[in-house]
Amino acid sequence: MKAIIQNMKLDQQAIVAVLFGAIFVVFALVLPGFLTFGNLLALVRSVSVLGILGLGMAIVVIGRGIDLSMIASLAIPTGVVMTLVIAGYPPGVGLFVGLAFAVAIGVANGILVAYAEIPPLFTTLAVGIGIAGIGQSGLFEYDIIPWPPELNVIAWIGRGSIVGIPYSVLAFVVAAFLVHVFLSRTRLGLFIYAIGDNLAAARNAGIPVRPIIILKYVMAAVIAMFAGLVLSASSSSMDTRIFNLGWIYDVILVVVLGGIGLSGGRGGVANVIVGTLLIGTIVNGMTILNVSFEAQSLIKGLVLLAAILLDSILNPRNEETAKQGDI
Amino acid sequence: MKTLKKLAYVATAIASMAVSHSVIAQQSIDDPARAGYYDTVKGKKVVFVPVFMGLDLTEGWSKMMAKQATALGYDYEVRNSNFNTAAGAQTITSLISEKPDVLVVQNPDVQSYARLLKRAEDAGIHVIQLNMKTNILTTGFVGADVIGLGQTQARAVVAKCGGDTPGKILILAGPPTSPFSAYMLKGYENILNDNPKVQVVGVQSTGAYESAKAKSITQVVLQQHPDLCGILGVWDNTDIGTAAAIAEAGKGDQVFVSTSGGGGELACKGIREGMWQHYVSYDVPGQSRDLNALISAALQDTQVVGSTKTILYTPLVEYTPENIDSQFCWTLDTIR
Repeated sequence: MKAIIQNMKLDQQAIVAVLFGAIFVVFALVLPGFLTFGNLLALVRSVSVLGILGLGMAIVVIGRGIDLSMIASLAIPTGVVMTLVIAGYPPGVGLFVGLAFAVAIGVANGILVAYAEIPPLFTTLAVGIGIAGIGQSGLFEYDIIPWPPELNVIAWIGRGSIVGIPYSVLAFVVAAFLVHVFLSRTRLGLFIYAIGDNLAAARNAGIPVRPIIILKYVMAAVIAMFAGLVLSASSSSMDTRIFNLGWIYDVILVVVLGGIGLSGGRGGVANVIVGTLLIGTIVNGMTILNVSFEAQSLIKGLVLLAAILLDSILNPRNEETAKQGDI
Repeated sequence: MKTLKKLAYVATAIASMAVSHSVIAQQSIDDPARAGYYDTVKGKKVVFVPVFMGLDLTEGWSKMMAKQATALGYDYEVRNSNFNTAAGAQTITSLISEKPDVLVVQNPDVQSYARLLKRAEDAGIHVIQLNMKTNILTTGFVGADVIGLGQTQARAVVAKCGGDTPGKILILAGPPTSPFSAYMLKGYENILNDNPKVQVVGVQSTGAYESAKAKSITQVVLQQHPDLCGILGVWDNTDIGTAAAIAEAGKGDQVFVSTSGGGGELACKGIREGMWQHYVSYDVPGQSRDLNALISAALQDTQVVGSTKTILYTPLVEYTPENIDSQFCWTLDTIR
């Protein structure tokens, strides 16, 4: 039996896709109102911000890194944009300053990782705490910043819909398309895979490794800020406390669960989409079932554990597949 | 005759001025308690351990506590636990050995700090709990009667959704063990149990009062129950998300939202913009006054710590679209 399953060559992405399919079918059969266009949109909409963050994280992880400062990059630059606009600056100026802030976070991460060669885990952890601290202690009057009406010119990215499809879902789709094109169709994208797979070999082949590592973190920070704008437009406020809430684990979860190995060089946008949809489906179904908060966390944890267990049974690690740096 | 009368007036006036002047001089007495009072409180130390600074609630309380500290000449300090219960517990533990005179604590949940607060009182520190209460009572509690608050909210929603065509309602709570979830749900229950016709279609937690979560839950529930009649929300900042979901679904006229908070500018804005139709304020300026009174009393207390225990439930104020123009919605600049 085990041999038969092993012959099917299921990788983790496929396992999660099957799991997603199974849970989806069960919910569709059991839960009235689950399989409606409106609910499916609500499902994707509820995880679109998570998905966008997952895309940014995917770029970093594929290049063998990790960015724990993404939630800070989501909250603080967006908060800066909103604070400036509230203070009377035109939206364009606010957006420019916010974007510059996000790029600066990415550059800081990138330089520390690429040139100072501090492990990304520590670098981005420290930078994230620092940036969140700057925001929460000095930049904003309150930690929850209201969406200023003057910024309504761009509020559509989080609200409203076009031909029935919410813009926040479209934002995820567009971001996924762009990141997919970048990773699989451009030279820089392929270089990121090369660096993630074998940094020394990539350098020997003449790839400018360090600048590309910086670029990777800048992209993650900018994508995170984009997610922040979608989130704050959508819920009409930016709660900068989200940095303290452990969202970053959900982002890593979506990426790893989808099958992008933390050792780098593997995976793509499809993995992020599958991981995001699995989380979205579980949460949506349990909300419809009115499952309690504690039970939701428990069930979420069990499903994830099941996916990872299944993967390690079907794809056992050996000397060939296990890599140095695997977590 | 007229001249005489005038003269008499003038004479009386002069006489009375002379008399009263000397009376003031004679009756000037020093308040015997005054100097003692200022000496007692001077140089003492009060520490505030909030769940999180940077919210209208905590910043408002803190501003008022700092103000009284400056006026009376005692030390006031904030040790922010930054939404981290473990960090807060550590702070309180180290404060027990630092021994400030008064510890003001906002509890993240009904259990975590209970023993520590007891230990602090045993060590001779007056503990005043602020708005969020553990299951033990210390020197003082200042804050909303959360069960009463829940009842007030539930009554308003039942009035809207409990008529001849009973409606469906959704309950959006906070973190499961927070006083603002556990006690509030009890308050809802007290009213809803008497109105079995009102159908509760969901009781969901918004995590750490996350507006994004409130929004996605509301969206899913609105899909399942397009005829939803009312929502019992937990806190104004969280229910910004609830309101956004309702507005996007175009059901602003149909869904009645009741929420609560400190009565800051968001409260008025929310009512005026139709984000919620009912708001129960626990009046942060009023609470701060109560809090400062309890702090002052604790600083003057000469009894064994914990021998008197005082509860000051804040009088709650209901904001509705009808009365909103006569309400005072404070900001950090206007709070006094």
